[in-house]
Amino acid sequence: MTETVLIQGPRIIDASQGLDVVGDLLIKDGKIFSVGNTLATDDIPEDCWILSGKGLVACAGFIDLHCHLREPGFEYKETIATGTRAAARGGFTSLCCMPNTDPAIDNAAVVEFIQRRAAAEGVVRVFPIGCVTRERQGKALAEMAELASAGVVAFSDDGDPVYDDNLMRLALAYSQDLGLPIINHCQERSLSRGGVMAEGWVATRLGLPGIPAAAEEAMIARDISLAELTGGRLHVAHLSTSGSIALVRQAKARGIPVTAEVCPHHLTITDRWALGGKDSSNDVAGPRSYDTFTKVYPPLRSQHDLDALVEALAEGVIDCVATDHAPHDLASKQVTYQDASFGISVLETALGSLMQLVHQNRLSLSTLIDRLTVGPAGILGPDFAALSTLKVGTPADIVLFDPNQEWRVDPREFASKGRNTPLEGTTLKGRVVATLVGGQIVFGGSALTEQVS
Amino acid sequence: MRRSHPAAIGTAAGVGPDNGETRPRQHVLDLDDFLTGEIASVLENTHAMKEVLKRDIKKVPTLRGRVVVTLFYEASTRTRISFEEAGKVLSADVINMSASGSSVEKGESLLNTGLTLQAMGVDILVIRHPHAGAPNFLARHLPRVSVINAGDGLHAHPTQALLDLFTVQEKLGCLAGLKVVIVGDVLHSRVARSAMWGFAKMGANVTLCGPGTLLPADLLRPQGRLPADHCLASVKVDTNLDRAIQGADVVMALRLQSERQNGGFLPSIREYIRRWQVTESRLTSAKPNALVMHPGPMNEGIEISSGLAHGGSSVIEEQVTNGVAVRMALLYQVSVSHGIIDTPIARR
Repeated sequence: MTETVLIQGPRIIDASQGLDVVGDLLIKDGKIFSVGNTLATDDIPEDCWILSGKGLVACAGFIDLHCHLREPGFEYKETIATGTRAAARGGFTSLCCMPNTDPAIDNAAVVEFIQRRAAAEGVVRVFPIGCVTRERQGKALAEMAELASAGVVAFSDDGDPVYDDNLMRLALAYSQDLGLPIINHCQERSLSRGGVMAEGWVATRLGLPGIPAAAEEAMIARDISLAELTGGRLHVAHLSTSGSIALVRQAKARGIPVTAEVCPHHLTITDRWALGGKDSSNDVAGPRSYDTFTKVYPPLRSQHDLDALVEALAEGVIDCVATDHAPHDLASKQVTYQDASFGISVLETALGSLMQLVHQNRLSLSTLIDRLTVGPAGILGPDFAALSTLKVGTPADIVLFDPNQEWRVDPREFASKGRNTPLEGTTLKGRVVATLVGGQIVFGGSALTEQVS
Repeated sequence: MRRSHPAAIGTAAGVGPDNGETRPRQHVLDLDDFLTGEIASVLENTHAMKEVLKRDIKKVPTLRGRVVVTLFYEASTRTRISFEEAGKVLSADVINMSASGSSVEKGESLLNTGLTLQAMGVDILVIRHPHAGAPNFLARHLPRVSVINAGDGLHAHPTQALLDLFTVQEKLGCLAGLKVVIVGDVLHSRVARSAMWGFAKMGANVTLCGPGTLLPADLLRPQGRLPADHCLASVKVDTNLDRAIQGADVVMALRLQSERQNGGFLPSIREYIRRWQVTESRLTSAKPNALVMHPGPMNEGIEISSGLAHGGSSVIEEQVTNGVAVRMALLYQVSVSHGIIDTPIARR
């Protein structure tokens, strides 16, 4: 990409350098050429594309540690093409896709398939995550070294945990020298059996089988012990309870290599949405209750958990935000709550819903940006540092967003095939204007004007 | 001609302050959205309906030409026959549907079944389903049909609660201030949940009693308690039946399903019987004219002793009779409210 792009006058926030300045961002040959200076009109290069950044925020493109692109195998729910377009609309320039595809990403052939598809059809960077166990069956280790050579950035059986304690130990021990984290979806099977939402008052009201917080916490405790025992790197997927936070905090204090992520929905929506709809003060069940778009694993939790998660994210005990984007076809959701598939389509509403926390002064904008860029990059390793920064000479993965623009969530406008979001019809404040990957505009191109010399 | 009250479309009933008034009602999903005045009104109409059931010719033309479909995805002769009789006595055309097991448990055909029935012009759909929220789901997707919940999973069984309220009121008079003890597997009981709402709204004091493994955990924990002005704030929980039954006006035994022992909730049925069976000797601690109730069908000798089930304090058979009358009252009330029929019947 040899075009030159000038983003004029945004507020530039670079979490990697602690930079927060209003100025211009100049991109040449897919790399960042200058940051922060305001170019005089005469200094603007010829044939330069210009994006007005006035009133907007520019930062490194978001990196998503956890999403489901559904290809191969479930293309009716999402494809790499549609998923990456959704990512672009959401400001995500890098996606790590989970291996619960069909076939699962448990061998080099599938890794290469995804890399080829992403190169041909994708519009943002795609990094596959490999399985921990063969075919995600939880019985024997997958060939992790082969997967690492092929280019996976982490291992996970997500969708399921590694149920067997000893196998998890072996996985952590074996992956240690590969330097890649094991991302565990912590869910004790017998404690969560049959559960469809968080155990608690709302589940009791609705007569739905509940999943206690202990189902997540018990396995996190196990995994932390095993990480300590083996020296392997553990990353806790979609952490969702206050008890889990306490465990991670304690582990970090003891120097155990644990990291954790949290999803936008657990930071902004509680289990009450299953009862009363968007109005969480409504205590009466009616035709709008049992909205299957609220069904997700881990389940939406209580206000107490939500508040603890926000604090932990601000503090850094939780290292990053990951979307766990889980698109589903309508048929999987337009059934009773018990029959519905778990999952929310997140990529296109993530920034808007997270900005709520900034507007409520519960999280600073620079912290939020850090948790979407530097945070995930730190977990993926030093190769990713260049993608989470606006330093001169690094790839121009950039998102330009309006922190104050109000917009109504209409899933029919989504690029994602997944329209399953409880935020449908709500108004969010904060919207992506343009996204660039390697200096190329992948979303928001209509905002460009060309400088004619 | 059908008239539809604008406020009734798409809502079970509006949510608002409870000052005893009634509002248009399209659906009966659970008692949580009934105002006290609405419950009182149903109970009043039940009296009139009960009179009809005592006649030689049990027939009134109230719902003539209206179509009521019962859609039961769980086996139930009792409730279904009760609804069928209620509809037929009111001269409605009642059609019974039971769906095949597997396609319905997938949920797929539930929506299509509902849409098909709506397209056929069904006025009232009475549904029982093993999944909580199935009636809510249908109410959401079928704007032209009135949905009545005949029991959905573990969630609610509003018509059972109403007939329980009527039975107690008929026998003991005013409901307010009565001590009602509900004993058994509360965790898995939709009857307990709806009864809790119904009795609490009418001012009774409800105690839920059962093994710790069969009571909802969050009701047992002190934190996350309801605000003091919430109508369920007064509901008590106790694992000790001998203590809970002291001074009770009503003791309601819930059926213990054998799956509970297989599911590990109880070490044995024997222990359950020892600690939670409702017996004559335990009843002596209750009030002298205390009522013994059971939603049926009973496991005599397990949750309730045979002597008590058929003894003088038992109102179990009356519950069944009242069940038909209550369902008649509800079918009538929903029909008037949703514009299915034009004019209320004259009070008899």
